[in-house]
Amino acid sequence: MTDALPRGGWLILASLLVALLLEILPMPVGVDAFRPPWVPLVTLYWCLNVPERFGVFSAFATGLALDVASGSLFGQHALGLSLIAYGAVELHQRIRLFPLWQQALFVWVLLLVERLLNLWVLAATGQPMPFLIYWVPTLLGLLLWPWLFVILSDLGRRVGLV
Amino acid sequence: MVCALGLIIADHRFDHLDRVRSLLSLLAYPLHLAVNVPSALIRSAQERLTDAAQLRTMNAALNRENLLLKARLQQFESLEAENMRLRDLLGSSFNIGERVLIAEILAVDLTPSRQQVMVNKGTSSGVFVGQPVLDANAVMGQVIRTNPFSSIVLLITDSDHSLPVEVNRNGLRSIAAGSGIGQGLELLYIPKNADIREGDLLVTSGMGERFPPGYPVARVTTVRQDPDNPFTTVLAEPTARLDRSREVLLVWTLDPQMQQQALTDAESSEGASQ
Repeated sequence: MTDALPRGGWLILASLLVALLLEILPMPVGVDAFRPPWVPLVTLYWCLNVPERFGVFSAFATGLALDVASGSLFGQHALGLSLIAYGAVELHQRIRLFPLWQQALFVWVLLLVERLLNLWVLAATGQPMPFLIYWVPTLLGLLLWPWLFVILSDLGRRVGLV
Repeated sequence: MVCALGLIIADHRFDHLDRVRSLLSLLAYPLHLAVNVPSALIRSAQERLTDAAQLRTMNAALNRENLLLKARLQQFESLEAENMRLRDLLGSSFNIGERVLIAEILAVDLTPSRQQVMVNKGTSSGVFVGQPVLDANAVMGQVIRTNPFSSIVLLITDSDHSLPVEVNRNGLRSIAAGSGIGQGLELLYIPKNADIREGDLLVTSGMGERFPPGYPVARVTTVRQDPDNPFTTVLAEPTARLDRSREVLLVWTLDPQMQQQALTDAESSEGASQ
């Protein structure tokens, strides 16, 4: 047991790193608004599947990393991510039994919550409000979730993480 | 959560966190560089793939432009000297010396709601917070955050940014505030009877002591009298190519003593040439 605990930690780190890269990768102007929320998706995956390894504090740290990388207000993403991580960790036992599409819907709700918290921070600090297109990436997250789930589960199984 | 809220408030209200942030952004710098790699590769591949004919036409065009600019510069030098003499007669001071450094914009997407770009020069090259940033055409913005190897530039179109400008035609002063959405500027507090027209060039007035005076900023696109607005609504479009420039210029304004030195140098060389 003590032997199994630290295994595969690098996979979590690597997946988060890739998500961070995807989040700040330059994209053409038209496509830019449709960037899927990579970091929240990956965070949610680890929260749902290895909640004993990846919890609220890890999500908070991830959020800080995202804040630093994207130059947003310090703590802006950390707030949203740690909150949805809390929701995911609390409910993970129930969610894991759901079929994949139902899981995706639940993840979608959490992604919406994360966006809403971001919007609150933007409004509270007097930054310009985004348009309605702001909510579209969460739908992409909904569509991406099954794929992400399958890929990360496979990788996790290979390194003995899940 | 309390931690996050605390951090948000601390970052928004105070600037104690700046040092922490610059340290952390130093850690994030490899990440930014890694993200920059694909577009840099594409760019170098494009450069390799251009054929000789294309290069020849480009070379010819550049030569022509160089000739034109040189011709204009000849006039400019004598005009500058004359201007300096006249200003000296008037007893007013004038900035002449400015040092510039070319920096490259990193292809990194920052927060979409803010108009910011990241450049590849930091405090190790002497960049400081508040430093004006230009491109080949006009003012682009100012540095808001630095770390040793990179810095973040707030563009003039960000809604948090405004800069003092004047109309080049008649010296009418105003403040150009970024509208945040799209690529526009809005001129604040222009009275109803002010002499301002569409197509007027706005230049920096140097009033805020941040931007050196006399650099072009924007061109007026709309002048409108709204009944509900006590001032004239004036919209302008930046002349800098904010979304297309790849290289930017970081400007250091020389301090007054060095300016005086440069002034006397210019005069002595002027005297020597006559």
